[in-house]
Order: sequence, then structure tokens, then C-alpha cells
Amino acid sequence: MIRFESVSFRYRADAPLALDDVCVTLEAGEVVAVVGANGSGKSTLARLCDGLLEPTSGRVLVDGIDTAAPESLWDVRSMVGMVFQDPDDQIVGTVVEEDCAFGPENIGVPSAEIRVRVDSSLAAVGLQGLERREPHLLSEGQKQRLAVAGALAMRPRYLVFDEPTAMLDPAGRRAVLEITERLARAEGHGVLVVSHDITGIARADRVIGLDSGRVVFDGGPDGLLGDAGMMALLGLALSPAARLAAALRERGLDVPLSAADAESLVASLWR
Amino acid sequence: MSRMSGIGQYVPGDSSVHRLDAAAKIGVVAAFTVALFVVRGFAGLAALGAVVAAAIAISRVPVRAVARGLRAVGFIMVVTIVFNMVRWQPTEALVRLGPLAIDGAGLRMGLFFAARILLLVTGTSLLTLTTSPVQLAGGIERVLAPLKRVRVPVGDLAMTLTIALRFIPTTAEEAEQIMTAQQARGASFDAGGPIARARAYAPVLVPLFFQLFRRADALATAMEARCYRGSEGRTRLVESRMGTADWVAMLVSGGVVIAVGVLL
Repeated sequence: MIRFESVSFRYRADAPLALDDVCVTLEAGEVVAVVGANGSGKSTLARLCDGLLEPTSGRVLVDGIDTAAPESLWDVRSMVGMVFQDPDDQIVGTVVEEDCAFGPENIGVPSAEIRVRVDSSLAAVGLQGLERREPHLLSEGQKQRLAVAGALAMRPRYLVFDEPTAMLDPAGRRAVLEITERLARAEGHGVLVVSHDITGIARADRVIGLDSGRVVFDGGPDGLLGDAGMMALLGLALSPAARLAAALRERGLDVPLSAADAESLVASLWR
Repeated sequence: MSRMSGIGQYVPGDSSVHRLDAAAKIGVVAAFTVALFVVRGFAGLAALGAVVAAAIAISRVPVRAVARGLRAVGFIMVVTIVFNMVRWQPTEALVRLGPLAIDGAGLRMGLFFAARILLLVTGTSLLTLTTSPVQLAGGIERVLAPLKRVRVPVGDLAMTLTIALRFIPTTAEEAEQIMTAQQARGASFDAGGPIARARAYAPVLVPLFFQLFRRADALATAMEARCYRGSEGRTRLVESRMGTADWVAMLVSGGVVIAVGVLL
């Protein structure tokens, strides 16, 4: 479990608090979406998970290990995989398999074992067969899946995604979303996703809403989607399908608010 | 990105020259270069030329690819020959041109130097033609490995080199995007003299550098998140080792250097 114990953070001594007394948790096997307007502290929260940032006050514990302890920093980082917004900012290798191997190489995994991990990670994100491809020849969606594979090759227990789908088209977005969900549900990873994507939020197990560095919402997606005031505070707008679902509910149909895209709305209507 | 073609761009292949370990190839090329500078006559150059020709034949790299790299040095070769053969006070004048003359000894010396340049460029470009940039970076790392003892960060240098190689296409793409954006705002990159043209690139370079610094910062964060902490304790997906063939190639080329230096 990743546990934030009254975590506050400021970037400079004279800057306002980017995070203010945050207490949240991420369990293994669950998908948690982090939402909020720009500047609300979402990315700061993500970077605190693996010790890229250290709390100004409070503690972040990853399976009981303090991220601020220098001697266990690299253990924490190999336990928590990070995927950032722009895939081009995180691909290091000159070919796909080499990039995927970067993390395990850094923590000194033997060659034969790296090969096994690279193959299984690339297969998990559907990039098998592209091992020798150069990254600039991949589509944006493929690049982002490569970034996910690179994080997976570390065999982390938790995965933290900082707006992983912001640069992707709808097809690429759906593919990455499905991978994140499978990693949590089938593989038991704890997944934290910073996202504006309403479909992703609706399918999460839990949503954490941030406003000016404070946690203003922590609960299931249905509770958030049904609360118009909270949605506005967090800078979220319902998708057309979710608006339709809300309208149908007002007229007495039993449609879940989490039916945020056309497909799941149709599925829940047919049920 | 097909516009980027330079001297000795990698031509993928599976010949025994390609398969030779990068570090061994660097050693062979170094030996070859030494040999080029110890030979005293045309016989020695001819022998080394035969070695290069054989290597090209074995590597099955198209002669056209080799020749492409030579075009760049053609001018230097011509200048070398001309400046050596034209003299004020010839010892053996072949043709007189007013106060100047083409000198026989000078002509031979010019041809000798030009041939040396030709072989030097051909030999070294064969290294980059048959070795992928990544293998080359790995080879350089292992060749420089002894410098680790005197605290030269060889691993970090090799990593920097690899990242630079990885970002060449990305940066070229970005430059192209910025140029298109500036063109859409009325900039032109091919009007006016060389100074006007060079100046037109300033509005491209400034945002390009800005973007590169931003990217370098983000990349450093991502690398830290993936546990990069220098080359200490790093392992490799593919561990390169010098095989028997590599050692044989090194020994043979060492032998050739000594033989050529002593005999020719």
C-alpha cells in the first residue's frame, strides 16, 4: 500500500503549498484516478509516490518504506513504476527492446533475466514483434505503451501514470486505459492515474479530487459524477454519453452514471 | 529524414565485417591508421589499399555508399595535389606556367598525400558503415574502459552518446515543425545571400534550444524514476564480449602494421 500521511509540499520556501495536508492511500489491485484543475497538485502527488519529490512535511510510505529515506530510495523507485505525459520525454533506448531494458539494467538484473522481462513486458502491452523498431518510427500510442512496458520491466508493485493519455488519439487512449485496468485487476498492481479523461475516471475504482493542493473528494466515481458542484470545482465536464445517462436517470431509468462512453451506456441499457 | 545522409552512414548487413565486435573494429581501424602514417612509399599504400578493398568486398557494402563519403574529401584531395605540385623553383620541371612550374617530385608527393587521405577516409568510414551507432557507442565505452581507473566517467559518456543518437530523429522532426510554423508566418529560408539565410535560422534555433532544454529536464526526471544512477552496477540486455574472431582480427591487423612499417 502507498500511504500519504498528512503530506504537505512546497516547491520553494517562499512558494505557496502545492499539496496541503494530504492523507490518501493506494491499495494493490485497485485503480485510483486523481483529478483536479491545472495547478491543483496532481502531478506533485504523482511525483511524491516514488521519491522524485520529498514531502516538506508528513511522510509517504510505500509498503511501509519511507520515500524520504536515502538508503531505500532505489528500492522505492523500482517498486513504483512511473509513466509520464509525453512518451518522447521518457524513451531512452535507440530501439524498442533496448528502451524496455533500461530500468532492469539500472538495477543490475542479469542479462538472461532482463531478456525474459523485456519479452513479457512488451507482450503485456502488445508490442511484440517490434523489438528492433526505432522509437521515432512508432505511433504516439505505441510510444506510450512502450513507456508502460519500460515501467513494467522493473516488476513494480505500483504504477503511477501522470496524464498518460493526454497526447493520444481516442484509439490509443482506449488501448492504454485497457492495459492499466488489466494490470490492476489481473496482475494485482496498484494503479494511480492522473487524468482528465472522463471515461478513465468513470471506470476507476476510486477517485481522488484535488483543489489547490487539498483533497476535496475521495470516493467512488458514481458519487463524483452525480455531484455537479464537485465536478465543476474539479474542472470536469460530463461526456455527452454521461449527460444522456444522467438525463435518463432523472426520468427513472436505472442507468449507472459510470456509463460515460457510448459503448457502456448501450451495454447498460440492454442489460 | 532521408535528407540526412553523411559520411559513413550505417548500412545494415550480416557480413563477417558487420559481425565483428565494435571494440575490435575500432582497434583494427586504429591499427590501420597508424599503418597509413608509417608507410614511406606507394608500395605500402598499395598494400593497405588492397586490405581496404578486400574489407569492402567482404562487408558487401555497396561501393556507392563508400563513394558517397569520398565526395566530401574530393576537394581536399585536389587541393593537396595542386599545392604540392606547383612550385616556384622546381627541381624537375614537367610543365612551365610563367614563373611557376609543375614539379615532378611535388606531383608524386601530392599524389602520395592524397592517396593517404583517400585510404584514411575509406577505412574509417567502413567502420561506421558496418557498425550501428548503438554498437559503436558500446564499443567506444569498452575501448575507453581503462580510463575509468583515472575517474573518467566513461559509462556516463557512452550513455550521453546513446541518448544523443536516440534524439537525432526527434530533434530533426521538431526543427522541421518549427520551420513549417515559421514559414506559415511568412519566414523564408532560401532567399538572399548566405548571411541572410543564416540569419533566417535564428527564429528556428531559439525555440529549438528552448525545447531541447525542457526535454532534457523531463528526460532526466524519467531516467531517475527508472533508477538510473550512473553506470556503476549497471548490467546490459546484450553483453558484448570479444570472441575468437575479434582477437584474431586485432592480432592480424597489428601484424600488418608492423610488417608494412618495417618492409614498405
